[in-house]
Amino acid sequence: MTSVPLHHDQSLPADWRDLLALTKPRVMSLVVFTGLCGLLAAPVAVHPVLGFTAVLCIALGAGAAGALNQWYEADLDAKMKRTANRPLPAGRMTRQTALHFGVGLGAFSVILMDIAANHLAALALLASILFYVLVYTVWLKRRTAQNIVIGGAAGAFPPLIGWVAATGNVTALPLLLFAIIFLWTPPHFWALSLFVRSDYANAGVPMLPVVAGIENTRKQIVLYTLPMIAAAIAPWAMDLTGWIYGVASIALNAIFLVLALAVLANKATEPKAMGPEKRLFAFSILYLFALFAALVVDRWVI
Amino acid sequence: MPHEEDEIIRKRQRERSRLLAILLGLFVVLMFAITIAKMTINR
Repeated sequence: MTSVPLHHDQSLPADWRDLLALTKPRVMSLVVFTGLCGLLAAPVAVHPVLGFTAVLCIALGAGAAGALNQWYEADLDAKMKRTANRPLPAGRMTRQTALHFGVGLGAFSVILMDIAANHLAALALLASILFYVLVYTVWLKRRTAQNIVIGGAAGAFPPLIGWVAATGNVTALPLLLFAIIFLWTPPHFWALSLFVRSDYANAGVPMLPVVAGIENTRKQIVLYTLPMIAAAIAPWAMDLTGWIYGVASIALNAIFLVLALAVLANKATEPKAMGPEKRLFAFSILYLFALFAALVVDRWVI
Repeated sequence: MPHEEDEIIRKRQRERSRLLAILLGLFVVLMFAITIAKMTINR
């Protein structure tokens, strides 16, 4: 790893707002939501306090992973416009502070999960943090264009952890929820990386559009959309959910497919003309929120 | 150390101490609630 020139005044304590920014609060909102949905979709009643604590632990674990990611990638973040103003590349905090904060928060979240829920949930939370930090950030991100494909597993853990915190075991539905986010991640990130690819190229991150080209990335987006649709419809097809989820899933996946095909049909290479890519990226976030919301509504209404 | 920088350090220390006190208080309340919840379930 390249070392970062340290502009930060060692005697100045980090501002708490920068410590909060280290946890990537916006990413955390999706993690908290999917984790909560996994917990609420479970076929057992969870004590509100224990359910709240489990979701809190998922959020803190995600925050810890985000902090450790920024600790390791400070040099990379400094090279990209999108991330240059984060606390570490902007020199508002020492790397040691970020490391201590990330490790402390991660350990706290796992221990609290073990106390409030069960060993399996704590183990899954620990695995998700380690997977994001070690497998994705340290190992894959700078080495292969498949970084997002394999690294997507880290973001797929929350609904599984929520389910395990509620039930103490793993069944077909939480595994399908894991598969949905795992397969959703490549089209979601590749749509983004198409219109910010110069940022990734400048930073030397081997994202697919940088390594394999724009046209190939567009094909890959559609190729990953198909198994994602299969995984998203499977809970209803396998009779694990009711008709509300089935209808919502079919409608959302139809829109996703249309938008992915629009990306495939687009021949533009300039970010300004990448309207279909921007639309797919924006919709993919809404898609995940709506799909998981439908799962919970289905579980509690029917 | 310049006076202004000293002021910033004191301000940040104060803010962080207050925040830590609030978080520790919330943690105590949460641990109490978890204990009660577990006792309720076991009963």
